[in-house]
Amino acid sequence: MQVLANLKYSSTDEWVKMDGNVATIGITDYAQSQLSDIVYVEIKVSEGEKIEKNSPLATLESVKAAADVNAPIGGKVVAANDGLGQTPEMVNSDPFGAAWMVKLEISNPAELDSLMDAAAYEKYCEGRGH
Amino acid sequence: MFTPHTDSEREAMLRTIGAGSIEDLFIDIPAAYRFPKLNLPPVLSEMEALAEAEDLAGANESARDLICFLGAGAYNHYVPAAVDALIRRGEFATSYTPYQPEVSQGTLQAIFEFQSLVAALTGMEVSNASHYDGATSAAEAAVMAYHHFREKRTRFVLSQAVHPQFRQVVRTYMQGYAGLEFTGDEPTVDPLATPDSLTKLIDSNTALVMVQYPDFLGRIFDLTALASAVHAAGSLLCVAINPTALALLKTPGEYGADIVVGEGQPLGIPLSFGGPYLGLFATRKELVRKISGRIVGESVDGQGRRGYVLTLTAREQHIRREKATSNICTNQGLMALAACIYLSLLGKKGLRQVADLCYQNAHYAAAQIAAIPGFKVYSDAPFFHEFVVCCPQPVEEINTHLLDHEILGGYDLGQAYPSLKDHMLVAVTEMNSRQDIDYLVEALKEVAHD
Repeated sequence: MQVLANLKYSSTDEWVKMDGNVATIGITDYAQSQLSDIVYVEIKVSEGEKIEKNSPLATLESVKAAADVNAPIGGKVVAANDGLGQTPEMVNSDPFGAAWMVKLEISNPAELDSLMDAAAYEKYCEGRGH
Repeated sequence: MFTPHTDSEREAMLRTIGAGSIEDLFIDIPAAYRFPKLNLPPVLSEMEALAEAEDLAGANESARDLICFLGAGAYNHYVPAAVDALIRRGEFATSYTPYQPEVSQGTLQAIFEFQSLVAALTGMEVSNASHYDGATSAAEAAVMAYHHFREKRTRFVLSQAVHPQFRQVVRTYMQGYAGLEFTGDEPTVDPLATPDSLTKLIDSNTALVMVQYPDFLGRIFDLTALASAVHAAGSLLCVAINPTALALLKTPGEYGADIVVGEGQPLGIPLSFGGPYLGLFATRKELVRKISGRIVGESVDGQGRRGYVLTLTAREQHIRREKATSNICTNQGLMALAACIYLSLLGKKGLRQVADLCYQNAHYAAAQIAAIPGFKVYSDAPFFHEFVVCCPQPVEEINTHLLDHEILGGYDLGQAYPSLKDHMLVAVTEMNSRQDIDYLVEALKEVAHD
Protein backbone atom coordinates (compact mmCIF):
# COMPACT_ATOMS: atom_id res chain seq x y z
CA MET A 1 0.00 0.00 0.00
CA GLN A 2 1.28 3.39 -1.00
CA VAL A 3 0.96 6.45 1.22
CA LEU A 4 2.51 9.73 0.11
CA ALA A 5 4.28 11.74 2.78
CA ASN A 6 3.27 15.24 1.69
CA LEU A 7 -0.51 14.68 1.67
CA LYS A 8 -3.32 14.91 4.21
CA TYR A 9 -5.81 12.06 4.60
CA SER A 10 -9.41 11.63 5.70
CA SER A 11 -10.85 8.68 7.60
CA THR A 12 -13.02 7.97 4.51
CA ASP A 13 -9.88 7.52 2.39
CA GLU A 14 -9.67 10.76 0.46
CA TRP A 15 -6.31 12.49 0.07
CA VAL A 16 -5.74 16.23 0.00
CA LYS A 17 -2.75 17.94 -1.54
CA MET A 18 -2.33 21.63 -0.73
CA ASP A 19 -0.82 24.11 -3.17
CA GLY A 20 -1.26 27.60 -1.77
CA ASN A 21 -4.92 27.71 -0.84
CA VAL A 22 -5.92 25.20 -3.53
CA ALA A 23 -6.62 21.65 -2.38
CA THR A 24 -6.44 18.77 -4.88
CA ILE A 25 -8.55 15.80 -3.83
CA GLY A 26 -8.59 12.14 -4.83
CA ILE A 27 -8.92 8.71 -3.25
CA THR A 28 -6.06 6.77 -1.73
CA ASP A 29 -4.23 3.69 -2.93
CA TYR A 30 -5.79 1.82 -0.01
CA ALA A 31 -9.30 2.84 -1.16
CA GLN A 32 -8.74 1.81 -4.78
CA SER A 33 -7.36 -1.58 -3.71
CA GLN A 34 -10.45 -2.15 -1.52
CA LEU A 35 -12.83 -1.23 -4.31
CA SER A 36 -10.94 -3.35 -6.91
CA ASP A 37 -11.36 -2.57 -10.63
CA ILE A 38 -13.02 0.82 -11.06
CA VAL A 39 -15.34 0.84 -14.07
CA TYR A 40 -17.04 4.20 -13.72
CA VAL A 41 -16.32 7.63 -12.30
CA GLU A 42 -18.85 10.42 -12.16
CA ILE A 43 -17.67 13.79 -10.89
CA LYS A 44 -20.72 15.33 -9.27
CA VAL A 45 -19.58 18.93 -8.96
CA SER A 46 -18.63 21.57 -11.49
CA GLU A 47 -16.36 24.59 -11.60
CA GLY A 48 -17.58 27.55 -9.57
CA GLU A 49 -19.71 25.48 -7.21
CA LYS A 50 -19.34 26.02 -3.46
CA ILE A 51 -18.89 22.76 -1.57
CA GLU A 52 -19.26 22.06 2.11
CA LYS A 53 -17.17 19.60 4.02
CA ASN A 54 -18.53 16.02 3.68
CA SER A 55 -20.72 16.77 0.68
CA PRO A 56 -20.41 14.34 -2.26
CA LEU A 57 -17.79 15.15 -4.91
CA ALA A 58 -17.90 12.01 -7.04
CA THR A 59 -19.34 8.54 -7.35
CA LEU A 60 -17.20 5.53 -8.16
CA GLU A 61 -18.34 2.14 -9.34
CA SER A 62 -16.16 -0.89 -9.24
CA VAL A 63 -17.00 -4.40 -10.39
CA LYS A 64 -18.25 -5.13 -6.89
CA ALA A 65 -19.30 -1.91 -5.19
CA ALA A 66 -20.33 1.69 -5.55
CA ALA A 67 -18.86 4.40 -3.37
CA ASP A 68 -19.16 8.13 -2.89
CA VAL A 69 -16.16 10.40 -2.64
CA ASN A 70 -16.89 13.16 -0.14
CA ALA A 71 -15.20 16.48 0.34
CA PRO A 72 -12.73 16.22 3.25
CA ILE A 73 -12.79 20.04 3.44
CA GLY A 74 -15.06 22.78 2.12
CA GLY A 75 -14.36 25.32 -0.60
CA LYS A 76 -15.07 26.52 -4.11
CA VAL A 77 -14.49 24.16 -7.03
CA VAL A 78 -11.79 25.57 -9.32
CA ALA A 79 -11.35 22.43 -11.44
CA ALA A 80 -13.04 19.05 -11.89
CA ASN A 81 -11.36 16.14 -13.63
CA ASP A 82 -14.32 15.26 -15.85
CA GLY A 83 -12.02 13.39 -18.23
CA LEU A 84 -11.66 10.70 -15.58
CA GLY A 85 -15.07 9.41 -16.65
CA GLN A 86 -13.45 8.21 -19.89
CA THR A 87 -10.50 6.56 -18.14
CA PRO A 88 -11.81 5.20 -14.83
CA GLU A 89 -8.99 2.63 -14.66
CA MET A 90 -6.62 5.51 -13.81
CA VAL A 91 -8.09 5.45 -10.29
CA ASN A 92 -6.53 1.99 -9.90
CA SER A 93 -3.25 2.67 -11.66
CA ASP A 94 -2.48 6.24 -10.55
CA PRO A 95 -4.70 7.18 -7.59
CA PHE A 96 -2.44 9.98 -6.38
CA GLY A 97 -1.65 11.42 -9.81
CA ALA A 98 -3.76 11.30 -12.96
CA ALA A 99 -6.83 10.23 -10.98
CA TRP A 100 -7.18 13.46 -9.03
CA MET A 101 -10.86 14.37 -8.95
CA VAL A 102 -11.51 17.91 -7.81
CA LYS A 103 -9.50 21.04 -6.98
CA LEU A 104 -10.99 23.33 -4.34
CA GLU A 105 -10.09 26.82 -3.28
CA ILE A 106 -10.45 26.18 0.42
CA SER A 107 -12.57 28.44 2.59
CA ASN A 108 -11.51 27.39 6.06
CA PRO A 109 -7.86 26.26 6.44
CA ALA A 110 -8.64 25.15 10.01
CA GLU A 111 -10.57 22.21 8.53
CA LEU A 112 -7.22 20.77 7.43
CA ASP A 113 -6.32 20.17 11.06
CA SER A 114 -8.96 17.46 11.34
CA LEU A 115 -7.20 15.40 8.65
CA MET A 116 -4.46 12.82 9.25
CA ASP A 117 -0.85 13.02 8.13
CA ALA A 118 0.74 10.14 6.22
CA ALA A 119 2.01 8.31 9.33
CA ALA A 120 -1.34 8.51 11.09
CA TYR A 121 -3.22 7.37 7.97
CA GLU A 122 -0.87 4.43 7.45
CA LYS A 123 -1.45 3.35 11.02
CA TYR A 124 -5.19 3.87 10.59
CA CYS A 125 -5.24 1.57 7.54
CA GLU A 126 -3.17 -1.09 9.31
CA GLY A 127 -5.74 -1.01 12.10
CA ARG A 128 -8.37 -1.96 9.54
CA GLY A 129 -6.71 -5.29 8.83
CA HIS A 130 -4.11 -4.41 6.23
CA MET B 1 -43.69 -24.15 5.26
CA PHE B 2 -40.23 -22.67 4.90
CA THR B 3 -39.07 -21.63 8.38
CA PRO B 4 -35.53 -20.33 8.22
CA HIS B 5 -35.27 -19.43 11.92
CA THR B 6 -35.18 -21.56 15.05
CA ASP B 7 -37.15 -20.65 18.18
CA SER B 8 -33.99 -19.56 19.96
CA GLU B 9 -32.98 -17.34 17.03
CA ARG B 10 -36.42 -15.74 17.09
CA GLU B 11 -36.15 -15.11 20.82
CA ALA B 12 -32.73 -13.54 20.38
CA MET B 13 -34.06 -11.21 17.69
CA LEU B 14 -37.06 -10.21 19.81
CA ARG B 15 -34.74 -9.50 22.76
CA THR B 16 -32.53 -7.34 20.58
CA ILE B 17 -35.41 -5.14 19.45
CA GLY B 18 -37.07 -5.20 22.87
CA ALA B 19 -40.28 -6.99 21.90
CA GLY B 20 -41.82 -9.65 24.13
CA SER B 21 -43.37 -11.79 21.43
CA ILE B 22 -44.09 -11.92 17.69
CA GLU B 23 -47.67 -10.75 18.45
CA ASP B 24 -46.21 -7.57 20.02
CA LEU B 25 -44.91 -6.60 16.59
CA PHE B 26 -48.49 -6.15 15.39
CA ILE B 27 -49.86 -3.99 18.22
CA ASP B 28 -50.11 -0.98 15.89
CA ILE B 29 -52.99 -2.75 14.14
CA PRO B 30 -56.21 -2.28 16.14
CA ALA B 31 -57.05 -5.52 17.94
CA ALA B 32 -60.37 -5.91 16.13
CA TYR B 33 -58.57 -6.08 12.77
CA ARG B 34 -55.70 -8.28 13.87
CA PHE B 35 -57.40 -11.63 13.59
CA PRO B 36 -60.87 -10.80 12.27
CA LYS B 37 -63.44 -13.58 11.96
CA LEU B 38 -63.74 -14.30 8.27
CA ASN B 39 -67.23 -14.93 7.05
CA LEU B 40 -66.39 -17.86 4.78
CA PRO B 41 -68.79 -20.31 3.18
CA PRO B 42 -68.53 -24.01 4.06
CA VAL B 43 -65.66 -26.00 2.60
CA LEU B 44 -66.15 -27.10 -1.02
CA SER B 45 -64.83 -30.16 -2.80
CA GLU B 46 -62.45 -29.56 -5.72
CA MET B 47 -65.27 -30.36 -8.15
CA GLU B 48 -67.61 -27.86 -6.50
CA ALA B 49 -64.91 -25.20 -6.20
CA LEU B 50 -64.09 -25.46 -9.92
CA ALA B 51 -67.77 -25.15 -10.86
CA GLU B 52 -68.11 -22.05 -8.70
CA ALA B 53 -64.94 -20.47 -10.08
CA GLU B 54 -66.18 -21.12 -13.63
CA ASP B 55 -69.52 -19.54 -12.79
CA LEU B 56 -67.76 -16.45 -11.47
CA ALA B 57 -65.42 -16.28 -14.48
CA GLY B 58 -68.43 -16.66 -16.81
CA ALA B 59 -69.99 -13.53 -15.33
CA ASN B 60 -67.16 -11.47 -16.84
CA GLU B 61 -67.54 -10.07 -20.29
CA SER B 62 -64.11 -9.78 -21.85
CA ALA B 63 -62.84 -8.25 -25.06
CA ARG B 64 -63.09 -11.74 -26.55
CA ASP B 65 -66.86 -11.85 -26.05
CA LEU B 66 -67.52 -8.29 -27.15
CA ILE B 67 -66.62 -6.08 -30.07
CA CYS B 68 -64.06 -3.82 -28.45
CA PHE B 69 -63.56 -0.14 -29.24
CA LEU B 70 -61.98 0.63 -25.88
CA GLY B 71 -58.32 1.62 -25.78
CA ALA B 72 -56.95 4.55 -23.78
CA GLY B 73 -53.59 2.94 -23.14
CA ALA B 74 -54.32 -0.79 -23.50
CA TYR B 75 -55.28 -2.22 -26.87
CA ASN B 76 -57.09 -5.26 -28.19
CA HIS B 77 -54.70 -6.87 -30.67
CA TYR B 78 -54.42 -10.36 -32.05
CA VAL B 79 -51.89 -12.47 -30.16
CA PRO B 80 -50.48 -15.29 -32.30
CA ALA B 81 -50.86 -18.69 -30.60
CA ALA B 82 -47.09 -19.24 -30.73
CA VAL B 83 -46.55 -16.46 -28.16
CA ASP B 84 -48.46 -18.27 -25.45
CA ALA B 85 -47.12 -21.68 -26.41
CA LEU B 86 -43.51 -20.48 -26.13
CA ILE B 87 -43.76 -18.39 -22.96
CA ARG B 88 -45.42 -21.34 -21.19
CA ARG B 89 -42.43 -23.58 -21.74
CA GLY B 90 -41.06 -24.55 -18.34
CA GLU B 91 -37.59 -23.25 -19.15
CA PHE B 92 -39.03 -19.75 -19.53
CA ALA B 93 -42.14 -19.73 -17.34
CA THR B 94 -40.43 -20.85 -14.15
CA SER B 95 -37.06 -19.17 -14.42
CA TYR B 96 -36.79 -15.92 -12.55
CA THR B 97 -33.45 -14.47 -11.69
CA PRO B 98 -30.76 -14.57 -14.31
CA TYR B 99 -27.97 -13.66 -11.90
CA GLN B 100 -26.05 -16.80 -12.80
CA PRO B 101 -25.25 -16.52 -16.49
CA GLU B 102 -23.91 -20.07 -16.61
CA VAL B 103 -27.42 -21.44 -16.08
CA SER B 104 -29.54 -18.64 -17.58
CA GLN B 105 -28.35 -18.17 -21.17
CA GLY B 106 -31.85 -18.70 -22.63
CA THR B 107 -33.50 -16.07 -20.47
CA LEU B 108 -30.60 -13.66 -20.84
CA GLN B 109 -30.52 -14.00 -24.61
CA ALA B 110 -34.28 -13.44 -24.82
CA ILE B 111 -33.93 -10.24 -22.77
CA PHE B 112 -30.99 -9.10 -24.91
CA GLU B 113 -33.08 -9.65 -28.07
CA PHE B 114 -35.99 -7.79 -26.45
CA GLN B 115 -33.73 -4.81 -25.66
CA SER B 116 -32.40 -4.80 -29.23
CA LEU B 117 -35.95 -4.84 -30.63
CA VAL B 118 -37.10 -1.99 -28.35
CA ALA B 119 -34.05 0.07 -29.27
CA ALA B 120 -34.69 -0.47 -32.99
CA LEU B 121 -38.41 0.31 -32.68
CA THR B 122 -37.87 3.54 -30.73
CA GLY B 123 -34.77 4.66 -32.60
CA MET B 124 -32.81 4.83 -29.34
CA GLU B 125 -29.35 3.50 -28.51
CA VAL B 126 -30.11 1.46 -25.40
CA SER B 127 -33.08 -0.18 -23.73
CA ASN B 128 -33.34 -1.78 -20.34
CA ALA B 129 -34.76 -5.22 -19.67
CA SER B 130 -38.25 -3.66 -19.06
CA HIS B 131 -40.34 -2.40 -16.15
CA TYR B 132 -43.68 -3.47 -14.67
CA ASP B 133 -45.79 -1.29 -16.94
CA GLY B 134 -45.70 1.89 -18.98
CA ALA B 135 -46.58 4.12 -16.03
CA THR B 136 -43.64 2.76 -14.02
CA SER B 137 -41.35 3.52 -16.96
CA ALA B 138 -42.67 7.09 -17.10
CA ALA B 139 -42.02 7.54 -13.38
CA GLU B 140 -38.51 6.09 -13.72
CA ALA B 141 -37.86 8.59 -16.52
CA ALA B 142 -38.70 11.42 -14.12
CA VAL B 143 -36.49 9.91 -11.40
CA MET B 144 -33.65 9.51 -13.90
CA ALA B 145 -33.92 13.10 -15.09
CA TYR B 146 -33.96 14.36 -11.52
CA HIS B 147 -30.75 12.51 -10.67
CA HIS B 148 -29.17 13.31 -14.02
CA PHE B 149 -29.21 16.98 -13.02
CA ARG B 150 -27.94 16.04 -9.55
CA GLU B 151 -31.24 16.98 -7.93
CA LYS B 152 -30.65 20.60 -8.97
CA ARG B 153 -33.38 20.98 -11.57
CA THR B 154 -36.78 20.70 -9.94
CA ARG B 155 -39.34 21.46 -12.65
CA PHE B 156 -41.13 18.71 -14.58
CA VAL B 157 -43.30 19.67 -17.52
CA LEU B 158 -45.98 17.08 -18.26
CA SER B 159 -48.24 17.41 -21.27
CA GLN B 160 -51.98 17.14 -20.55
CA ALA B 161 -52.08 14.63 -23.37
CA VAL B 162 -49.83 12.14 -21.52
CA HIS B 163 -51.91 9.23 -20.17
CA PRO B 164 -53.58 10.53 -16.96
CA GLN B 165 -52.51 7.40 -15.04
CA PHE B 166 -48.89 7.84 -16.16
CA ARG B 167 -48.97 11.37 -14.73
CA GLN B 168 -50.49 10.14 -11.49
CA VAL B 169 -47.81 7.48 -11.08
CA VAL B 170 -45.06 10.03 -11.83
CA ARG B 171 -46.39 12.22 -9.00
CA THR B 172 -46.74 9.29 -6.62
CA TYR B 173 -43.17 8.22 -7.30
CA MET B 174 -41.76 11.70 -6.81
CA GLN B 175 -43.69 12.67 -3.68
CA GLY B 176 -40.75 11.80 -1.42
CA TYR B 177 -38.55 14.50 -2.98
CA ALA B 178 -38.99 17.97 -1.57
CA GLY B 179 -39.48 21.11 -3.62
CA LEU B 180 -40.44 19.62 -6.97
CA GLU B 181 -42.81 21.36 -9.33
CA PHE B 182 -45.03 19.60 -11.86
CA THR B 183 -46.59 21.81 -14.47
CA GLY B 184 -48.19 21.69 -17.91
CA ASP B 185 -51.15 19.52 -16.96
CA GLU B 186 -53.10 21.77 -14.61
CA PRO B 187 -56.88 21.22 -14.91
CA THR B 188 -57.17 24.66 -16.52
CA VAL B 189 -55.00 23.62 -19.47
CA ASP B 190 -56.88 22.74 -22.65
CA PRO B 191 -56.42 18.99 -23.18
CA LEU B 192 -56.47 19.60 -26.92
CA ALA B 193 -53.46 21.95 -26.77
CA THR B 194 -50.50 20.99 -28.96
CA PRO B 195 -47.03 19.97 -27.69
CA ASP B 196 -45.60 23.29 -28.88
CA SER B 197 -47.75 25.05 -26.24
CA LEU B 198 -45.43 23.54 -23.61
CA THR B 199 -42.46 25.52 -24.91
CA LYS B 200 -43.26 28.58 -22.80
CA LEU B 201 -43.08 26.45 -19.62
CA ILE B 202 -39.54 25.21 -20.21
CA ASP B 203 -36.81 27.03 -18.31
CA SER B 204 -33.27 26.42 -17.06
CA ASN B 205 -34.71 24.72 -13.97
CA THR B 206 -36.62 22.15 -16.06
CA ALA B 207 -35.32 18.61 -15.70
CA LEU B 208 -37.77 16.80 -17.94
CA VAL B 209 -40.47 17.49 -20.49
CA MET B 210 -42.83 14.58 -21.11
CA VAL B 211 -45.14 14.20 -24.08
CA GLN B 212 -46.99 11.26 -25.58
CA TYR B 213 -46.76 10.15 -29.22
CA PRO B 214 -49.36 9.42 -30.48
CA ASP B 215 -50.85 11.31 -27.55
CA PHE B 216 -53.54 10.06 -25.18
CA LEU B 217 -56.17 11.45 -27.55
CA GLY B 218 -54.64 9.49 -30.44
CA ARG B 219 -53.15 12.51 -32.18
CA ILE B 220 -49.75 12.66 -33.86
CA PHE B 221 -47.67 15.83 -33.70
CA ASP B 222 -44.31 16.73 -35.14
CA LEU B 223 -41.96 17.02 -32.13
CA THR B 224 -39.11 18.85 -33.88
CA ALA B 225 -39.79 22.32 -32.47
CA LEU B 226 -40.49 21.00 -28.97
CA ALA B 227 -37.30 18.92 -28.97
CA SER B 228 -35.18 21.94 -29.87
CA ALA B 229 -36.83 24.08 -27.19
CA VAL B 230 -36.21 21.35 -24.60
CA HIS B 231 -32.58 20.97 -25.59
CA ALA B 232 -32.01 24.72 -25.78
CA ALA B 233 -32.87 24.80 -22.06
CA GLY B 234 -30.52 21.87 -21.44
CA SER B 235 -33.46 19.72 -20.33
CA LEU B 236 -34.33 16.13 -21.21
CA LEU B 237 -37.19 15.16 -23.51
CA CYS B 238 -39.18 12.05 -22.64
CA VAL B 239 -41.58 10.65 -25.21
CA ALA B 240 -44.20 8.10 -24.16
CA ILE B 241 -45.01 5.92 -27.15
CA ASN B 242 -47.36 3.27 -28.44
CA PRO B 243 -45.03 0.61 -29.89
CA THR B 244 -47.46 -0.45 -32.63
CA ALA B 245 -47.66 3.11 -33.94
CA LEU B 246 -43.86 3.30 -34.26
CA ALA B 247 -44.02 0.79 -37.10
CA LEU B 248 -45.48 3.65 -39.18
CA LEU B 249 -44.18 6.82 -37.56
CA LYS B 250 -40.87 8.64 -37.44
CA THR B 251 -39.16 7.35 -34.28
CA PRO B 252 -38.73 9.50 -31.16
CA GLY B 253 -35.01 8.86 -31.57
CA GLU B 254 -35.06 10.74 -34.85
CA TYR B 255 -36.76 13.68 -33.09
CA GLY B 256 -33.91 13.72 -30.56
CA ALA B 257 -35.79 12.22 -27.61
CA ASP B 258 -33.55 11.57 -24.61
CA ILE B 259 -35.83 8.98 -23.01
CA VAL B 260 -38.56 6.86 -24.56
CA VAL B 261 -41.08 5.07 -22.37
CA GLY B 262 -44.22 3.19 -23.24
CA GLU B 263 -46.75 0.54 -22.47
CA GLY B 264 -45.61 -2.65 -24.18
CA GLN B 265 -48.95 -4.45 -23.83
CA PRO B 266 -49.86 -4.06 -27.53
CA LEU B 267 -46.90 -6.34 -28.36
CA GLY B 268 -48.47 -9.76 -27.88
CA ILE B 269 -49.85 -9.34 -24.37
CA PRO B 270 -53.59 -9.86 -23.80
CA LEU B 271 -55.71 -7.17 -22.10
CA SER B 272 -56.23 -9.52 -19.09
CA PHE B 273 -58.29 -7.05 -17.04
CA GLY B 274 -55.35 -4.66 -16.68
CA GLY B 275 -52.20 -6.71 -16.30
CA PRO B 276 -49.56 -8.03 -16.17
CA TYR B 277 -48.33 -5.48 -18.69
CA LEU B 278 -44.89 -4.36 -19.80
CA GLY B 279 -42.94 -1.14 -19.31
CA LEU B 280 -40.69 -0.11 -22.18
CA PHE B 281 -37.72 2.13 -21.37
CA ALA B 282 -35.06 3.28 -23.81
CA THR B 283 -32.56 6.10 -23.81
CA ARG B 284 -29.35 7.45 -25.27
CA LYS B 285 -26.06 5.68 -24.59
CA GLU B 286 -24.73 8.69 -22.73
CA LEU B 287 -27.40 8.16 -20.04
CA VAL B 288 -26.98 4.40 -19.72
CA ARG B 289 -25.48 4.59 -16.21
CA LYS B 290 -28.56 6.37 -14.95
CA ILE B 291 -31.11 3.79 -16.18
CA SER B 292 -33.00 1.96 -13.50
CA GLY B 293 -33.59 -1.77 -13.66
CA ARG B 294 -31.64 -4.42 -15.41
CA ILE B 295 -29.65 -4.39 -18.60
CA VAL B 296 -28.39 -7.53 -20.32
CA GLY B 297 -25.19 -7.25 -22.30
CA GLU B 298 -23.44 -9.46 -24.81
CA SER B 299 -19.99 -10.72 -23.89
CA VAL B 300 -17.69 -13.69 -24.46
CA ASP B 301 -16.89 -16.51 -22.05
CA GLY B 302 -13.42 -17.78 -21.09
CA GLN B 303 -13.21 -19.71 -24.36
CA GLY B 304 -14.25 -16.76 -26.50
CA ARG B 305 -17.81 -18.00 -27.08
CA ARG B 306 -20.67 -15.52 -27.26
CA GLY B 307 -22.67 -15.22 -24.05
CA TYR B 308 -25.08 -12.91 -22.25
CA VAL B 309 -24.79 -11.39 -18.76
CA LEU B 310 -26.45 -8.79 -16.60
CA THR B 311 -24.31 -5.74 -17.08
CA LEU B 312 -23.69 -2.34 -15.46
CA THR B 313 -25.15 -3.80 -12.27
CA ALA B 314 -23.25 -1.39 -10.04
CA ARG B 315 -26.12 1.08 -10.68
CA GLU B 316 -28.54 -1.27 -9.06
CA GLN B 317 -29.91 -1.36 -5.59
CA HIS B 318 -28.41 -4.68 -4.54
CA ILE B 319 -24.94 -3.17 -4.93
CA ARG B 320 -25.51 0.53 -4.47
CA ARG B 321 -27.90 0.10 -1.54
CA GLU B 322 -29.08 3.45 -0.16
CA LYS B 323 -27.13 5.32 -2.84
CA ALA B 324 -29.18 3.73 -5.62
CA THR B 325 -31.43 6.15 -7.47
CA SER B 326 -34.19 3.58 -8.06
CA ASN B 327 -35.59 0.72 -6.00
CA ILE B 328 -36.13 -1.41 -9.08
CA CYS B 329 -33.91 -4.49 -9.26
CA THR B 330 -35.92 -6.66 -11.58
CA ASN B 331 -37.84 -6.66 -14.84
CA GLN B 332 -41.10 -7.94 -16.28
CA GLY B 333 -39.38 -11.05 -17.63
CA LEU B 334 -42.21 -13.16 -18.97
CA MET B 335 -44.01 -10.23 -20.61
CA ALA B 336 -40.77 -8.98 -22.15
CA LEU B 337 -40.35 -12.47 -23.56
CA ALA B 338 -43.90 -12.34 -24.98
CA ALA B 339 -43.12 -9.02 -26.68
CA CYS B 340 -39.85 -10.41 -28.00
CA ILE B 341 -41.61 -13.45 -29.49
CA TYR B 342 -44.43 -11.31 -30.90
CA LEU B 343 -42.03 -8.91 -32.62
CA SER B 344 -39.87 -11.75 -33.90
CA LEU B 345 -42.90 -13.58 -35.34
CA LEU B 346 -44.31 -10.51 -37.05
CA GLY B 347 -41.02 -9.05 -38.17
CA LYS B 348 -40.65 -5.53 -39.48
CA LYS B 349 -43.17 -6.09 -42.26
CA GLY B 350 -45.74 -7.85 -40.09
CA LEU B 351 -45.75 -5.15 -37.42
CA ARG B 352 -46.09 -2.51 -40.11
CA GLN B 353 -49.03 -4.44 -41.53
CA VAL B 354 -50.72 -4.52 -38.10
CA ALA B 355 -50.13 -0.80 -37.68
CA ASP B 356 -51.41 -0.09 -41.18
CA LEU B 357 -54.61 -2.11 -40.56
CA CYS B 358 -55.17 -0.21 -37.29
CA TYR B 359 -54.68 3.08 -39.09
CA GLN B 360 -56.96 2.24 -42.03
CA ASN B 361 -59.72 0.74 -39.84
CA ALA B 362 -59.64 3.69 -37.46
CA HIS B 363 -59.85 6.18 -40.30
CA TYR B 364 -62.75 4.30 -41.84
CA ALA B 365 -64.53 4.28 -38.46
CA ALA B 366 -63.87 7.98 -37.92
CA ALA B 367 -65.32 8.87 -41.31
CA GLN B 368 -68.43 6.77 -40.70
CA ILE B 369 -69.01 8.16 -37.21
CA ALA B 370 -68.46 11.74 -38.40
CA ALA B 371 -71.32 11.22 -40.86
CA ILE B 372 -73.82 10.39 -38.09
CA PRO B 373 -75.91 13.46 -37.27
CA GLY B 374 -75.18 14.69 -33.75
CA PHE B 375 -71.68 13.17 -33.60
CA LYS B 376 -68.55 15.16 -34.27
CA VAL B 377 -65.09 13.71 -34.81
CA TYR B 378 -62.09 15.88 -33.92
CA SER B 379 -59.87 15.96 -36.98
CA ASP B 380 -57.62 18.94 -36.40
CA ALA B 381 -54.53 16.74 -36.25
CA PRO B 382 -53.48 13.44 -37.85
CA PHE B 383 -54.26 10.40 -35.71
CA PHE B 384 -53.19 6.78 -35.54
CA HIS B 385 -55.80 4.27 -34.34
CA GLU B 386 -57.67 6.30 -31.75
CA PHE B 387 -59.74 9.46 -32.07
CA VAL B 388 -62.01 11.79 -30.11
CA VAL B 389 -65.76 11.83 -30.76
CA CYS B 390 -68.04 14.53 -29.37
CA CYS B 391 -71.31 12.79 -28.54
CA PRO B 392 -74.89 14.05 -28.32
CA GLN B 393 -75.38 12.25 -24.98
CA PRO B 394 -73.26 11.36 -21.94
CA VAL B 395 -70.72 8.70 -22.87
CA GLU B 396 -71.81 6.48 -20.00
CA GLU B 397 -75.34 6.26 -21.41
CA ILE B 398 -74.09 5.56 -24.91
CA ASN B 399 -71.83 2.82 -23.62
CA THR B 400 -74.70 1.17 -21.74
CA HIS B 401 -76.65 1.15 -24.99
CA LEU B 402 -73.66 -0.25 -26.91
CA LEU B 403 -73.15 -2.99 -24.33
CA ASP B 404 -76.69 -4.18 -25.05
CA HIS B 405 -75.40 -4.73 -28.59
CA GLU B 406 -72.36 -6.65 -27.32
CA ILE B 407 -70.13 -3.66 -28.07
CA LEU B 408 -67.56 -2.33 -25.62
CA GLY B 409 -67.66 1.41 -26.31
CA GLY B 410 -64.83 3.91 -26.09
CA TYR B 411 -63.26 5.62 -23.09
CA ASP B 412 -65.25 8.38 -21.40
CA LEU B 413 -62.81 11.31 -21.59
CA GLY B 414 -64.87 13.31 -19.09
CA GLN B 415 -63.42 11.06 -16.36
CA ALA B 416 -59.95 12.50 -16.80
CA TYR B 417 -60.70 15.84 -18.49
CA PRO B 418 -63.74 17.74 -17.16
CA SER B 419 -63.73 19.98 -20.24
CA LEU B 420 -64.19 16.88 -22.43
CA LYS B 421 -67.50 15.86 -20.92
CA ASP B 422 -69.55 13.89 -23.48
CA HIS B 423 -66.39 13.08 -25.44
CA MET B 424 -65.53 9.49 -26.26
CA LEU B 425 -62.08 8.17 -27.16
CA VAL B 426 -62.62 5.43 -29.75
CA ALA B 427 -59.86 2.88 -30.44
CA VAL B 428 -59.87 0.68 -33.54
CA THR B 429 -57.40 -2.13 -34.22
CA GLU B 430 -56.88 -4.96 -36.69
CA MET B 431 -59.38 -6.91 -34.55
CA ASN B 432 -62.27 -4.68 -35.72
CA SER B 433 -63.54 -5.76 -39.13
CA ARG B 434 -65.40 -3.41 -41.42
CA GLN B 435 -68.53 -5.32 -40.42
CA ASP B 436 -67.82 -4.59 -36.71
CA ILE B 437 -67.37 -0.90 -37.49
CA ASP B 438 -70.56 -0.72 -39.55
CA TYR B 439 -72.37 -2.45 -36.68
CA LEU B 440 -71.02 0.14 -34.23
CA VAL B 441 -72.15 2.95 -36.52
CA GLU B 442 -75.66 1.46 -36.73
CA ALA B 443 -75.81 1.20 -32.93
CA LEU B 444 -74.67 4.84 -32.59
CA LYS B 445 -77.32 5.97 -35.06
CA GLU B 446 -79.95 4.48 -32.72
CA VAL B 447 -78.52 6.66 -29.94
CA ALA B 448 -78.80 9.76 -32.10
CA HIS B 449 -82.44 8.96 -32.81
CA ASP B 450 -83.41 8.29 -29.18
